[in-house]
Amino acid sequence: MAAPKDGATSVQDMIAQSQGKKGKKFTEKLMPILLFIAATLSVLTTIAIVFTLIFETFEFFQRVSITDFLFGTEWLPFSSKEPMFGILPLIAGTLKVTLIAIVVAVPLGIASAVYLSEYASDRIRRIVKPILEVLAGVPTIVYGFFALTFVTPLLQELIPSLKVFNALSPGIVVGIMILPMITSLSEDAMSSVPNSIREGALGLGSTKLEVAIKVVLPAALSGIIASVVLAVSRAIGETMIVSLAAGSTPKWDWAVNDSIQTMTAYIVQVATGDAGYGTTIYYSIYAVGFTLFIFTLVMNLLAHYISKRFREEY
Amino acid sequence: MRYMDEALVTKRMSKRLAYNKLWRTIFFIATSFALITLAILLYRVVTQGAGYLNWEFLTNFASRFPAKAGIKAALIGSLWLMAVVAPVSIILGVGTAIYLEEYAKKNKINDFIRMNISNLAGVPSIVFGLLGLTIFVRTFGFGKSILAAGLTMSLLILPVIIVAAQEAIRAVPNDQREASYGMGATKWQTIIRVVLPAAIPGILTGSILALSRAIGETAPLVVIGIPVILQFLPTSVFSEFTALPMQIYDWAKRPQEEFQYVAAAGIIVLMTVLIIMNSIAVFIRNKFQKRY
Repeated sequence: MAAPKDGATSVQDMIAQSQGKKGKKFTEKLMPILLFIAATLSVLTTIAIVFTLIFETFEFFQRVSITDFLFGTEWLPFSSKEPMFGILPLIAGTLKVTLIAIVVAVPLGIASAVYLSEYASDRIRRIVKPILEVLAGVPTIVYGFFALTFVTPLLQELIPSLKVFNALSPGIVVGIMILPMITSLSEDAMSSVPNSIREGALGLGSTKLEVAIKVVLPAALSGIIASVVLAVSRAIGETMIVSLAAGSTPKWDWAVNDSIQTMTAYIVQVATGDAGYGTTIYYSIYAVGFTLFIFTLVMNLLAHYISKRFREEY
Repeated sequence: MRYMDEALVTKRMSKRLAYNKLWRTIFFIATSFALITLAILLYRVVTQGAGYLNWEFLTNFASRFPAKAGIKAALIGSLWLMAVVAPVSIILGVGTAIYLEEYAKKNKINDFIRMNISNLAGVPSIVFGLLGLTIFVRTFGFGKSILAAGLTMSLLILPVIIVAAQEAIRAVPNDQREASYGMGATKWQTIIRVVLPAAIPGILTGSILALSRAIGETAPLVVIGIPVILQFLPTSVFSEFTALPMQIYDWAKRPQEEFQYVAAAGIIVLMTVLIIMNSIAVFIRNKFQKRY
């Protein structure tokens, strides 16, 4: 290449000069390291959660035996004579609420997903989907207020034996809370079933219902099941609805019309109470939190596994 | 080979079509259930709370008397909380997203980071509360301050921001990056001058939605143990404070009926804040988002 005239520098010189600058090379090396540190912070958070729960739970098991905790059917931490720490009643409370929520949310959620993905026109979809997003964005404290001041009185009109605090009303409202999640995730799964398959079935003379039930649902099944499992995990970890509307009486039975207590509601009860730092009650919230963490972790891993393992590829 | 029995098909046809119509209606009713619930919820809150919602409600501190109760401390407290959560979670979240999308090679460490983020998103918020109580409140000694609650909330919404930022960065087409490299730009120059400016609308939209989740989140604040009846405003991030959902929770669980209405008024304020934030997010998405 000819040398530039009039003392101007060539592009190559400019590049060579600029690459020689020390600060720039330094930035190029430093930034990936800084960003990597930011990325490891989420790993550190997980480690911190696990270690916090394990350490404080270990402290709890110095005072209460593991078998009493895992298999005991009495949860009476505030008893002054003989406190009992058997977690089964809290698990029963959590499962009652979760089961009711699933019974409400799964049929409604899948039916809505079928409607949105197979029947609805583009216009209806454009109206309904943002509304579902709004519903998903309503804070859980608002749902809790709704359960306590609207759903419970309404249900009491229908079922006179229902107490002010019960498992039914918060169960239904938790179901409403997880409904948008099941609907939108299931709808995503159904929408990703390719149209050629639908058209094949329609061409053989199927009605839309038969296409939806016999073709689209089976093809999208793994995504739908994964959405339900994720929703179960959300329902198990839900806190404010059950704290406001479910009561604080842990019971080892299957009644839904009476006051119960879930794992999350117990943690709230202790946190808002006056149990001092270092007492057995203080450590018990970590043992309960650890149990809760394991429940939700298993659910999340299961959802991950289902959607990976059984996904139909087109 | 059997042929189709035409008579049988014709006979069944009307029944199959009727089923189709019936189920279409059932599916439609199921879909409208969610919409009706939302309408009832909003209607109830507005009719219950409107009577208590006035200027004094916004400017009064909390009180034992329903008529005098106000939301000033909670509203200002929530704004302070956001002032901590927004910078911390956005800087960390976007940094992580840039690393994962632009730098991370496909290896075990990075796969682990990705899996870890998706699992972290599924951890219940109350467990984050336990983390905040142990690490920030006790171990670091921040007390029940804005800083402790803000850092806890930041960790809680971090996965949401990371995923949103990753999607925004991924949507920037590769030819833009290649054009930048072709002009002699280095990798970091490309990221900071080409990729990030193109991805910022998506990142902002996702971040605002995540922040609106943080503003309505109650459980971690309850576990950290922030107070509810405060007669002063915070002066720094180390001050004690209260927040909107916490205040609503306290009112909602009081036995006096009037406090139900005060709680409803509080919910109106909270929902208004959320609607404003969501509108800004939607506005940014529609106005600035480029489609490639």
